[in-house]
Amino acid sequence: MTRLTRFGESFAAILLAVIWISPLLFAFWAAFHSTSDAVNFNLSSAWTLDNFRTAWRGAPWLQYFLNTFLLVTVVLIGQFILTTLAGFAFAKLEFPGKNFVFVLVLMQLFILPEVLILENYAMVSRLGLFDSILGVGMPYMASAFGIFLMRQSFKSVPMELHEAARIEGCSLLGILWHVYVPLAKPTYLAYALVSVSTHWNNFLWPLIVTNSPDTRPLTVGLSIFGAPENGVDISVISAATLMSVAPLLIAFLLFQRQFVQAFLRAGIK
Amino acid sequence: MAERVNQERRRQAIYGWLLLLPAATLLSIFAFYPTVATLWSSLFSRGTRRRPSEFVGTENYADLFADPTFWLVVQNNLLYAAITIPVSIGIALAMALWANSKIPARGFVRTAYFTPTVLPMIAAANLWLFFYTPGLGVLDQIGSLFGIPSINWLGQPETALWAVIIVTIWKEAGFFMIFYLAALQTIPEDLKEAADIEGASRWTYLRRIVLPLLMPTTLFIVVNAMINSVKLIDHLFILTKGGPSDASKLILYYIWEMAFAFFDAPHAAAMTIMILSVLCIVATIQFFYIDRRTHYQ
Repeated sequence: MTRLTRFGESFAAILLAVIWISPLLFAFWAAFHSTSDAVNFNLSSAWTLDNFRTAWRGAPWLQYFLNTFLLVTVVLIGQFILTTLAGFAFAKLEFPGKNFVFVLVLMQLFILPEVLILENYAMVSRLGLFDSILGVGMPYMASAFGIFLMRQSFKSVPMELHEAARIEGCSLLGILWHVYVPLAKPTYLAYALVSVSTHWNNFLWPLIVTNSPDTRPLTVGLSIFGAPENGVDISVISAATLMSVAPLLIAFLLFQRQFVQAFLRAGIK
Repeated sequence: MAERVNQERRRQAIYGWLLLLPAATLLSIFAFYPTVATLWSSLFSRGTRRRPSEFVGTENYADLFADPTFWLVVQNNLLYAAITIPVSIGIALAMALWANSKIPARGFVRTAYFTPTVLPMIAAANLWLFFYTPGLGVLDQIGSLFGIPSINWLGQPETALWAVIIVTIWKEAGFFMIFYLAALQTIPEDLKEAADIEGASRWTYLRRIVLPLLMPTTLFIVVNAMINSVKLIDHLFILTKGGPSDASKLILYYIWEMAFAFFDAPHAAAMTIMILSVLCIVATIQFFYIDRRTHYQ
């Protein structure tokens, strides 16, 4: 009986796994076959790279890749600087008003940037950042989530190290840089993975703030390329989709353990 | 001595505020000010060239309450939340239990479950388009093997929202699994042994020991899933655009449409305020129920 249920469960688990990746497998199949072969599931049909060629010619992908790359880099650098400074202040300094400001910061966890698109759009335009990569990235830099994460990480650093560095004559910023930042390396790595995959995949806000191929990230480019109005066929769309997820997907498959650890570390707080 | 302490205190206060300044500035510009500005502009009429915008109080809200589309969208979003939250959490739990047990091909199973998490929602929508397309799509082809007639999943009001819901569940279940997996690994082995000695069945062990221990994780995931049911709308842009006849339109998509397709900022602002109020309630629940149970220090 137990053996039977065990077998049944393994079967269910594997079946679910197969279902779960089947959209990706079908896209893979379609991307490498002509449209008619793809939809007929003719297993003996020839493999082809034509769809990738057509897709590649259909949009300035290289520019899109570059934009996405710049975007995630700009966001990450901004987040690292801002959340390190703020997280350190919250973790290790005592000053009046600290708890009040911390509650305000926590509130931002629920005031999603996605919901404030209307006024954030007005703000970005006012700052002259409309249709710029900085404009796409800026609302995410002071991430409440990141501040919280850094605060947790810095809090666990023993005060003795802090004192020792101070006796050595280190300034406060020096202590932050030489003592706290190196010790928080795993947190930075985790945060970086989460941040990069979030912003690589972000869509709604970039859709609103970008208006030209020079700034558009991959997700927005892909949505325009795949729009039904353009009449692109399913094989070409599959090829374009695979192309645009490939870097992140390959990185994920290579560094799976780190990715999962990162999401865990970031999620558990 | 007291002077030194005072001096140190002042020094810390100055440094503290200086360190906070950059983040506080950006948070004010992109979170707090926009919230207030949204509230403010939700109280004014839409300005035209002839008639400048004027204070109308709660009229924009009243308009929305009188608008059947608004109620349809709210209803859609409630259904979206009511299905995606429990189903994706249930699947996530099953995935975690399986991925944590001794089954063959465990590495593959884990990877397969988690992979949708790293894909953009737009790409996910493109992948699923291949399933849903009438005639050519995978679902129709499977259906035709059993003699089921072609169904336009995305094109008819009865199925469009469900098609969207399935993509959301597919996307987020693997993400939630991770948190369960982590929690499962903290459950000590001897509990399992004790249960075995007592002759408890696996089902009893699961229900009486594992599930209660997973409760804090579940609450954390519920909050995340609630936020997602507001936030995850990217696939609508590819799959249905909220149609047909608004059958799959969700609130955030409606806000976007109102603001950037119909250029009706005041009504979009009023809707934004309503969403923010709901999120505020979620936040309160989080603060009062969950943070008491999880220890962050």
